[in-house]
Amino acid sequence: MWRIVKLIAKNGMRSEAPPACSDDLRVGGERIQRQLLEILGQALSIRQVDAGSCNGCELEINALNNSYYNIEGLGIRFVASPRHADMLLVTGPVSRHMELALRRTYDATPDPKLVVAVGDCGCDGGIFGDSYASCGRVANVIPVDVAVPGCPPPPLEILRGILTAVRRGRSSGGEQSPA
Amino acid sequence: MLISGFSLDCERLPAPLPIWRATVRNETWQVLARALSESGGRLVALWASDRTQGASGGLVIAAAYAVREGLLWLDLPLTERAATYPDLVPFFPCADRMQRAAADLLGVTAEGASDRRPWLNHGAWPEDYLPLRRQGAQKATATPRAVTDYAFVRVEGDGVHEIPVGPVHAGIIEPGHFRFSVVGEKVQRLEQRLGYTHKGIEKRFTELPPLQAHRLAGRISGDSTVAYSWAYCMALESLAGCQISERASWLRALLLERERVANHLGDLGALGNDAAFAFALAQFSRLREDWLRLANDAFGHRLMMDVVVPGGVTANVDQTTAASLAEQCDRIEREVHELRQVYDEHAGLQDRFLTTGRVLPELAARLGLTGLAGRASGQAADLRCERPWTPYDQLQVKIATQRDGDVAARVSVRFDELVESLRLIRVLLSQLPDGPTRSELRLPSKLAFGAGWVEGWRGEIFVALEYDGQQGANCIRRCHCHDPSWQNWPVLQHAVMDDIVPDFPLINKSFNLSYSGHDL
Repeated sequence: MWRIVKLIAKNGMRSEAPPACSDDLRVGGERIQRQLLEILGQALSIRQVDAGSCNGCELEINALNNSYYNIEGLGIRFVASPRHADMLLVTGPVSRHMELALRRTYDATPDPKLVVAVGDCGCDGGIFGDSYASCGRVANVIPVDVAVPGCPPPPLEILRGILTAVRRGRSSGGEQSPA
Repeated sequence: MLISGFSLDCERLPAPLPIWRATVRNETWQVLARALSESGGRLVALWASDRTQGASGGLVIAAAYAVREGLLWLDLPLTERAATYPDLVPFFPCADRMQRAAADLLGVTAEGASDRRPWLNHGAWPEDYLPLRRQGAQKATATPRAVTDYAFVRVEGDGVHEIPVGPVHAGIIEPGHFRFSVVGEKVQRLEQRLGYTHKGIEKRFTELPPLQAHRLAGRISGDSTVAYSWAYCMALESLAGCQISERASWLRALLLERERVANHLGDLGALGNDAAFAFALAQFSRLREDWLRLANDAFGHRLMMDVVVPGGVTANVDQTTAASLAEQCDRIEREVHELRQVYDEHAGLQDRFLTTGRVLPELAARLGLTGLAGRASGQAADLRCERPWTPYDQLQVKIATQRDGDVAARVSVRFDELVESLRLIRVLLSQLPDGPTRSELRLPSKLAFGAGWVEGWRGEIFVALEYDGQQGANCIRRCHCHDPSWQNWPVLQHAVMDDIVPDFPLINKSFNLSYSGHDL
């Protein structure tokens, strides 16, 4: 036990400031939280769906959970069910075998919902393209709000994409938010 | 040449590892399989290929075996009318899914095989559409059909119920379906259904120029991008007779060992987390992030994608970079050493790890468990030690093995391999030979075969490449890529038997098999 405590104390806090447009990054972090609260009235819950990726994007999405990016501190967390989610984070290309599962996951996510497509494959089919087995980009199967290019995009770019979708969701929030 | 007592007309492919290719007849196919299985040979891969060219050629079923002499690639030509071949499952149980995949992609079937269920085709494309066949002007219908039901084996009896899981899993992981039959909390049977991430990679290879297809190889499984691109490039270089520079080989090994470390760091943290030890995840994922950031600084990509290219590597390492890479090894080693002590002393963690998800050596040998998981179950095979190619022939890689075959054993093998890889990286950096990092690769103007065989972090990656350079075609006719997950997924079904459902994520993580690398 003492070893664990010692290691925790030794390593301390490693969290870094989130990416934001503000000059003062601390304020940026607070603003993100405020925006999340304004648009959703709660923290942001994300359901990640691998619709056929090579697992590269998943590695980088997982990295978002490490202490450097501190996304839980921003009020963002990954959830196990689409029914608990505000946002779907989808990696692709969408394989034909995952097409139905992706549609069902989308349908199971309550409105208002956001969809962020992650990676070159999610944006345009990437190197795999469209084929007998691949439907190509995510937008070919479900509506996409923001697409994050990169192969795979580094964690910071993914986070930027998530925040962009939230902001854009707010600017068009008039129609989206329930009465 | 005499292989396991059989005289075969073999051609040695000019690869850095001993790889032999031979054509056999129907009778020999099965007799050889029996002999190889009895003499401790391993089935590495099985695939089919359509070698039709005009009026000549035809369908071929191929198998790759690891034998005493090296890797033996056998071709069995089939006749178009009856595209069948003798079943290998009686000698190598792991052949089952590979044979079913060959049937889905090329319509060749194993005679007398008991399991005829489709494996990669879930019904999204028509049954008579065979993606990898050349003739017949086949076009996949664009309209998706309802994904067909799969005939899972039902477990009958008092109190048995089923738990279906997936394809969308409750975490940030790849998709696949698991069907558990349980009584209370105890798993009676697990049956997997994979193929959800099948995106037509092998067909895509035939549409790409050979000198660019290493990018596709590097995206077969994102966590093994170096291993796959090295195996693909090795295959291409072997068929082109291209000898890469000493420095390029050393740099490739440096990348491969860094990939191994990155994955082991990630897995060790996740394994602690799956046993509810969040501290471990926080610590190991911090180390992994440090590791990836330096990879980005040194090689221009966090996962080191597209650094291994035909003829060599794109990255170079100068003195300053070498120093910071070596310094990081020292730091990570110190921290990993401390964390290993925490793991060893943590009673709650050991309680979850010990005896969980056990595959004993006898079962592992019978089912062909391979790679890291195999080494944790007494299967002492590691290409870096058995068939050390440049630069491994100068490194004396120490193999990590355990015999208990449980989660604890797989954790222990990971720790040992991690520390060994850190040692290798330091040696590689300190003795890096001078020279160019890239050699010219001239594609031949004839039909040619090449093979690549590399020990990735998960196990041995094998690539079989068929190339056509006649009349300026310069195209890939077939590229089969094999992931060790093909062998290990079925063994996972055995590993969970009699364990409880909540231990499944832990057991699954301890194997950490690839979906994308398997589904292709």
